Amino acid sequence: MSVDKIWVLAEVADGAPITTTLELITQARQLAGTVEAVAWGEATESVAATLGEYGVTTVHDVGDLGGALPGVPIASAIAAAVSAGNGPDAILLPATYDGRDVAGRLSAKLDRPVLTNVVGLTADDGGLVTQHAIFGGSQVLSARFTAEGPGIYLIRAKSFAAEPSGGAPASVVAAPAPDSGATNAARIIARHVEERTGPKLDEAAVVVSGGRGLGEKDQYALIEELASLLKGAAGASRAIVDAGWVPYSHQVGQTGKTVKPTVYLACGISGATQHLVGMKNSKNIVAINKDADAPIFSVADLGIVGDVHKVLPKLIEALKAKG
Amino acid sequence: MNVVVCVKQIPDPAAPPALDAGTKNLVRAGKLILDDSDAYGVEMALQLADAAGGGEVTLVSMAPNGETSGLRTALAMGAARAILVSDDLLAGTDALGTAKVLAAAIKRAEPDLILAATESSDGYTGTTPVQIAELLGLPSVTFAKKVEITGTSVKVERQTEAGYDEVESPLPVLVTVTAGVVEPRYPSFKGIMAAKSKPVEILTVADLGLDAGQVGSAGARQRITQVADAEARAAGELVVDEGEGHQRVIEFLEQLKVL
Repeated sequence: MSVDKIWVLAEVADGAPITTTLELITQARQLAGTVEAVAWGEATESVAATLGEYGVTTVHDVGDLGGALPGVPIASAIAAAVSAGNGPDAILLPATYDGRDVAGRLSAKLDRPVLTNVVGLTADDGGLVTQHAIFGGSQVLSARFTAEGPGIYLIRAKSFAAEPSGGAPASVVAAPAPDSGATNAARIIARHVEERTGPKLDEAAVVVSGGRGLGEKDQYALIEELASLLKGAAGASRAIVDAGWVPYSHQVGQTGKTVKPTVYLACGISGATQHLVGMKNSKNIVAINKDADAPIFSVADLGIVGDVHKVLPKLIEALKAKG
Repeated sequence: MNVVVCVKQIPDPAAPPALDAGTKNLVRAGKLILDDSDAYGVEMALQLADAAGGGEVTLVSMAPNGETSGLRTALAMGAARAILVSDDLLAGTDALGTAKVLAAAIKRAEPDLILAATESSDGYTGTTPVQIAELLGLPSVTFAKKVEITGTSVKVERQTEAGYDEVESPLPVLVTVTAGVVEPRYPSFKGIMAAKSKPVEILTVADLGLDAGQVGSAGARQRITQVADAEARAAGELVVDEGEGHQRVIEFLEQLKVL
């Protein structure tokens, strides 16, 4: 099956397409002659200008969702296009909270599998081949679909670079979602924005993450203080998220965020494969851990074999002294 | 209130994982344990059933070789019973196939609420719960930080990039819960003893009325074409901290012009 037309899920935050969407569009340009997007919400016209700049020609606008979560209505709109014979050959979705919902719903509606945790996508023999980082990123697995019908791909952030193509604003066509009955009954009744000081975890140039080696929940304050001194973001290993020390939104790794900062500081993190896959592509990695055999040292450019309770307070004091 | 919790029994994450040389499937031959991620769903189900003034918590799982050791852990925590789908036909089943199997099994329990983890620790595709909801014709709310039942609806605090959304849905509904939101109880000795005699219904693909072509490798419709070693990072510098380790970190950061 040749791939002529690709659709990309255009997730929007603060009035603009998210970076991962732009990354997927950039890659889609290399793989197919036509790249289109699926969007929803209010700012579609200004969003269409940005999407066009990256190479999207047409935006299929599902419109206002009336407080519904995007999963069901967006998947229904895409499925309707596919049934009508106007669908794409492949659908690329960012592996976000909403992107995953859309992919799951769409997969069941179309009875098509999803390839998830994709970190690379190439054209080969008339189809698309995916790459997936497995076992902490020590191995790369390639896969492809074997049956007819549009391929659904859930792609991790930072798998590709986002580069504009200088295209004209995309044209917007209405693609209203058909009624999905009971499946679409959940409603957002209030949105809460949590105060954040400093950069976002997945955009920060410096990420300081803490793990089980911190010993107890209160010690995470050291990570936050260090991150703030370095104008970076505070991350966490799955172990301390599971333990309830910090919320899931801080989690770096296979089941959390992928980060690629200039410097990643892993403090009291042993380096389980689950964690490595989310940070091993950082440009520089510093690890502080008291166990010299910890796997985190295998990916560290600088490893300090020491107790985080001793090293971190001194590091914080020294940074404060430098002003 | 009847709550179903989808649980997965996985190879011990502490042991190095491996792929089968022929099928390239994850090797799942040894002893399996309850996925840590699922302990939060089990705990939440027990708390919600309690708060609702009663009801039954049923576990639903799919595993090879009639494996029940992970289920016994969750039964020891307090779940009432389990439905296990185990069948040689299921080897190589993908996420959508798994959703078809679990959806068919869940239907038998007639739940008001279905809980699942956001993703498993071994396969981590993270799509199965929503696929189940679609197959059952139910709404879903994913990435829940907090779940509250009020009469015939559920109120969920759902994780977002910016913070969280308050989401309301009528029952029945499927909710996926993030880790760390409740503290899973340790099974008591009494619980462990009681778990041994709790009912575990073992079903086959045929029992569920599913067609063999929809599951297993045949139903997967995707194949692994290659597994290769990733580019390794060059070995770094290792410094043993004798009181001055932090200085080396500062030098390193200065070198990178981060400071």
